Amino acid sequence: MGRHFREELEQLNSDLLKMDALAEEAVAKAVAALRDRDPVAARAVIDNDSRVDELELVIDERCLDLIARYQPMASDLRFITTGMRLNGELERIADIAVDIAERVIVMARDPFVKPLVDIPRLTAVAQKMVKMAIDAFIARDSEIAKQVLFLDPEADSLRDAIHKELVEEHMMKDPATAERAVQLLLIARFLERVCDHATYIAEDVIYMIKAEVVKHHPERL
Amino acid sequence: MDNKIRMKARDVNFYYGTAQILNGINLDIFANNVTAIIGPSGCGKSTFIRLLNRMHELVPNARLEGSITLDGSDIMADAVDPVEIRRKVGMVFQKPNPFPKSIFENIAYGLEINGTRNKQFIEDKVVESLKKAVLWHEVEKRLHDSALRLSGGQQQRLCIARCLAIEPEVILFDEPCASLDPISTHKVEELILELKKVYTIVIVTHNMQQAARVSDHTGFFYMGKLVEFGRTEDIFTRPREKRTEDYITGRFG
Repeated sequence: MGRHFREELEQLNSDLLKMDALAEEAVAKAVAALRDRDPVAARAVIDNDSRVDELELVIDERCLDLIARYQPMASDLRFITTGMRLNGELERIADIAVDIAERVIVMARDPFVKPLVDIPRLTAVAQKMVKMAIDAFIARDSEIAKQVLFLDPEADSLRDAIHKELVEEHMMKDPATAERAVQLLLIARFLERVCDHATYIAEDVIYMIKAEVVKHHPERL
Repeated sequence: MDNKIRMKARDVNFYYGTAQILNGINLDIFANNVTAIIGPSGCGKSTFIRLLNRMHELVPNARLEGSITLDGSDIMADAVDPVEIRRKVGMVFQKPNPFPKSIFENIAYGLEINGTRNKQFIEDKVVESLKKAVLWHEVEKRLHDSALRLSGGQQQRLCIARCLAIEPEVILFDEPCASLDPISTHKVEELILELKKVYTIVIVTHNMQQAARVSDHTGFFYMGKLVEFGRTEDIFTRPREKRTEDYITGRFG
């Protein structure tokens, strides 16, 4: 197809990168608000989410429009359908940043139940996975995407460690800490979900590049 | 989906005089499937389907190497009557080409030249063929009007009915919708999907969306060669060959 179609694909590509920038920024600001126990910064993350939602709708419409008008095939079709999925995953990641920000506001009233050690580690893994998945998308590099998938077990084990420590060392020993411990448990859960969405993006990127479905088929990696 | 193979081309080379038009074609046509042949103008796709019912023999200086079989027997063998092959392997062309006769006679004619004399049989066959071609309700009250008064889309379905009347096994469609509007195109496509239950269909088309919509298998021809052949869903979502990818995404051609 002609130049106009190529230009529209370029536009879709840059919209997706904008969506990614917003989602990554939301996560970064939410975890910074957590670290600083700053409810004002957390509130800003929540307020900013409407920009992400609006862009999600714009991108979805652009994708449907491209399919309807050009009936793309092969790599073009895979790019657009992957774009729709990436769009949804990034929007979910931004929503999780809002979930974290909401916890930060609740938690700002009381001190942390314990100093944060593994949560910053899990945060680093989550941010790295999202960044790598998007790098794979930008570079059309399925090897980078594969590495994202191999990082996911690390995220799971960090979450399990956080879970175990909070339950055994705090909630069971001193039930009065339960409320504050649960907030941290939720945050660990949210961060681990960010990692899951990064793996979905990586799987979609592999499909886009190689036309191979690795989702639900780890043996194909 | 992968039914038995009805027609088979093996190592087919084809020449007009000294010009080689087709080069080493190997392709299977599955029974009760729609096989689409796509490719840019001049790639040899129309030439290829003309071989499938020996229409190339109508052109002087044409020469064929390799073999084409129908249900295992060589259709090019000396003992085989080309008229018999063309009865078994019918063709519908790009431009509707009804005879300048009535709707009824357009269909009856093929039966008559095939030696059918029984009037009742011919009448029944005309009705049956028009019904199969989903044209009956539009023409039942004017069977003796000239076929040339029908719309383009109706004329094309009349040509399909004419083809069906002599009970072919394989139907070749050469760009059947190229001169039709979208509604007529839709009707012909619906008809093709209906017909494949009974017949084996090969369709040459420039319209890739049409190939994607109606076919089970697709072959991509380029410069006289079959570049890629596979299940239609694979060809249009994950072609193996870069030239196929470039053609179907409109990067050349």
